Amino acid sequence: MANVMDAADVDRAVRRIAHEVLEKNRGSDDIVLLGIQTRGVPLAERLAAVIEEIEGEPVACGSLDIGMYRDDLDRRPKRPLGATDVPVRLDGRTVVLVDDVLYTGRTIRAALDALADLGRPNRVQLAALVDRGHRELPIRPDYVGKNVPTSHTERVTVRLIERDGEDAVIIGARESA
Amino acid sequence: MNHFLTIEGLSKEDLDGLLDDADEFVEVLHRPIPKVPALRGKTVATMFFEASTRTKMSFEKAAKALSADTMSFSPGTSSLSKGESLKDTVLTIKAMGTDAMVVRHQSTGAPWRIAEWIDQPVLNGGDGAHQHPTQALLDSLTIRQHFGSLDGLKIGIVGDIRHSRVARSDAQAFSALGADVTMVAPRTLLPVDPSVFPAEVSENLDDVLGGLDVVYVLRVQAERGGASVFPSLPEYTARYGVTKERFARLNPDAIVLHPGPMNRGVEIEGAVADDPRALILDQVFNGVAVRMAVLFRLLGGEHDG
Repeated sequence: MANVMDAADVDRAVRRIAHEVLEKNRGSDDIVLLGIQTRGVPLAERLAAVIEEIEGEPVACGSLDIGMYRDDLDRRPKRPLGATDVPVRLDGRTVVLVDDVLYTGRTIRAALDALADLGRPNRVQLAALVDRGHRELPIRPDYVGKNVPTSHTERVTVRLIERDGEDAVIIGARESA
Repeated sequence: MNHFLTIEGLSKEDLDGLLDDADEFVEVLHRPIPKVPALRGKTVATMFFEASTRTKMSFEKAAKALSADTMSFSPGTSSLSKGESLKDTVLTIKAMGTDAMVVRHQSTGAPWRIAEWIDQPVLNGGDGAHQHPTQALLDSLTIRQHFGSLDGLKIGIVGDIRHSRVARSDAQAFSALGADVTMVAPRTLLPVDPSVFPAEVSENLDDVLGGLDVVYVLRVQAERGGASVFPSLPEYTARYGVTKERFARLNPDAIVLHPGPMNRGVEIEGAVADDPRALILDQVFNGVAVRMAVLFRLLGGEHDG
């Protein structure tokens, strides 16, 4: 077990990504932040709070559950569906998908499928707190909190205050490997 | 969960979990494109050995909204009329390539029997006077949407309790979710032993009417002998019908549900059925969402991995 980010690291990463989102999109006018269930949701809310602090205006923020869109349902343990809450029409906007860990890219593929059913954004960008590599699809992030080289046998765990009582990113051995 | 046959034995957590998923499918059904790819490549067979409009179409709509294919079976036009047995019928249709079967049958227990013959999920779409579990889910969802929770609600189920699989499944679900259920019916339409239901019993609708949050009106089921156990339909209506006059005496926040098909003017007056506090079409809409939740639970995971 190794702690690769502590609470201060997570906070700095979120603040930097917020600035990068504003720089790249020249402001927050057309932006919709969509957190992917479950830990992308509090991260998106934090980004929205920082962006509002900087710009002085609220930014649209919602959640996306991709449980109905996965292509590997047969191979995963079931979990209850989370809420999909898209607060505004997506057509013509810039959607920033927010997830905690970017790994194979399959979650993001499913999220892109879900987005296509929800509207037609002008642009879709991707923010991840941790990029651990090992992509299986041609997907890349626009904003990364931290690049963490890993092996397949390791497990990356993101803990967030809203769900887990603390902020931390931990690498450990996969239990069943 | 390998099959979905009965409400009996499901806990509050089990039921709330399914209803929470159903809430998410309600959101899907409100989208411009009300369809998700969750069950792409799966085939759901609807095997209705007894007549049905809404349950069969609702299951088919639910399967299609999950991107599954559907196959349907109707006994009138099938080889059952040539004498093929139930088992051969089921195995034949399974051999065509199904992933799950929805079964309605006039005989109690038929879906359990079929579940022994095939190694894939069986969903009970109503068996005899026994169980109709997806109806109980859609009724529970409709009440939960309206009140936020069933906990502590007073629910009266009025009418032909004895012949009603809806009454049995609903009483079990409502009571597991924390509601106080009262069965209201003439003695001849109550079960021989009413203690099999987790509910109070009353033979007088006017006694309990004012205290109810939900009036659940059952259909008078002539096809199960329902009309032969009271003197006349007008007398039934006079004592147990939800008329405009009785509706006016309800608590102003109370709602009226009916599983359909309705006998307007018998168990429910037309003007009551059309009142905004009668959520009968919400029940129909929610039926699709709860059936999506059950199909997703049974087929959307590791079950036949």
